[in-house]
Amino acid sequence: MIEYALGFAYLAFGAALVLNLWRLAQGPSAADRILALDTMVINGIALVILIGVSQATAVYFEAAMLLSLVGFVSTVALTKFILRGDVIE
Amino acid sequence: MSGAGVTIVEALASLLIVIGAVFGLVGSYGLVKLPDLVMRLHAPTKATTLGVGGVLLGAMVHAWGVEGRSSWHELLIALFLFVTAPISANLIAKAWLHREGADRPLPPTGRECGWANDDPPPDASESGRGDPPR
Amino acid sequence: MTDRLFPHPRLSVTLMLVWMMLVNEVSLGALVLGAALGVVVPLLTAPYWPGRPRLTRGWGLAGFVALVLRDVVAANIAVARLIIFHTNASLRPAFFAVPLELRQPEAITLLAGAITMTPGTVSCDLSADGRSLLVHVLDAPDPDAVRDEIKLRYEKRLMEIFP
Repeated sequence: MIEYALGFAYLAFGAALVLNLWRLAQGPSAADRILALDTMVINGIALVILIGVSQATAVYFEAAMLLSLVGFVSTVALTKFILRGDVIE
Repeated sequence: MSGAGVTIVEALASLLIVIGAVFGLVGSYGLVKLPDLVMRLHAPTKATTLGVGGVLLGAMVHAWGVEGRSSWHELLIALFLFVTAPISANLIAKAWLHREGADRPLPPTGRECGWANDDPPPDASESGRGDPPR
Repeated sequence: MTDRLFPHPRLSVTLMLVWMMLVNEVSLGALVLGAALGVVVPLLTAPYWPGRPRLTRGWGLAGFVALVLRDVVAANIAVARLIIFHTNASLRPAFFAVPLELRQPEAITLLAGAITMTPGTVSCDLSADGRSLLVHVLDAPDPDAVRDEIKLRYEKRLMEIFP
């Protein structure tokens, strides 16, 4: 049963990544692209967790955790760059 | 655990993962469909946090019930995403207001000064707690 | 003495719990290392904490978090329905300002986070003097009603926790 749920979830998050990619290419503003990248990272975290569930192992947890940390910091850095023209003042 | 118990737990984990996947997809669909950045902001900040939250809960239920190992650290990722999602959304909205918001009429603040994006803080001792840093 | 050793007791307990969750086991080794981190990290970072929030009812915060979590689920369903079943033309987005009675920066941060995570609203900016919050709502025929609900539902509870 879990295999079907995992298959559906892979498809859903894969489609979500494609939609994010479309928004990333389309823009129109820089903030839209940052939002698309932020959402892509979150969908990527979900995919990593799903791989961990399908292989019944905990080793993918660290990857997901680091991805969430790096995603947040990069979103903040990109928005700070737009707001201030500098990342670390 | 007995066979029937494992089946019920597995069904619960599957349900949580499917719910999470639906919300994740809807959030990204909203990102494409909605016409304007501040409106687009609503879709991913809400839907993807619950989407990943559902997947994480499903993974946790699966680890406890099916794989038989105790697992808490999924909650940590969910917690982190819930704490950071509003901050990312707020900063993206500010970046958009800074770049494209000039022609958008914003409501008045109801104070003497404008919004923080446009105006400097009036007086450092006025805002915040005002107690000196230790 | 205890004040100097534990400049931030709540942070120490949080760090210990987070460490135990991170290593994913409940054992004496994890507890000791977590406790050591709970002592060392607040000591090293104490100069960077500008002040301490004044909490009167710390446990009220748990009730507030539970309320927000419940609203997050409701908000997700509401926003998902808006995205799927409504055309873009039928949505009525609006900006509005929420005058704040809260004064502590931590309380305002919590309120802004709660607004972003709950039904159809995103907090966008703060007025320059920190007394007014700019909120965008996805679909509201009457923004004033949404503003009153935010003030009643979230700000009133936060006022009791952070006086």
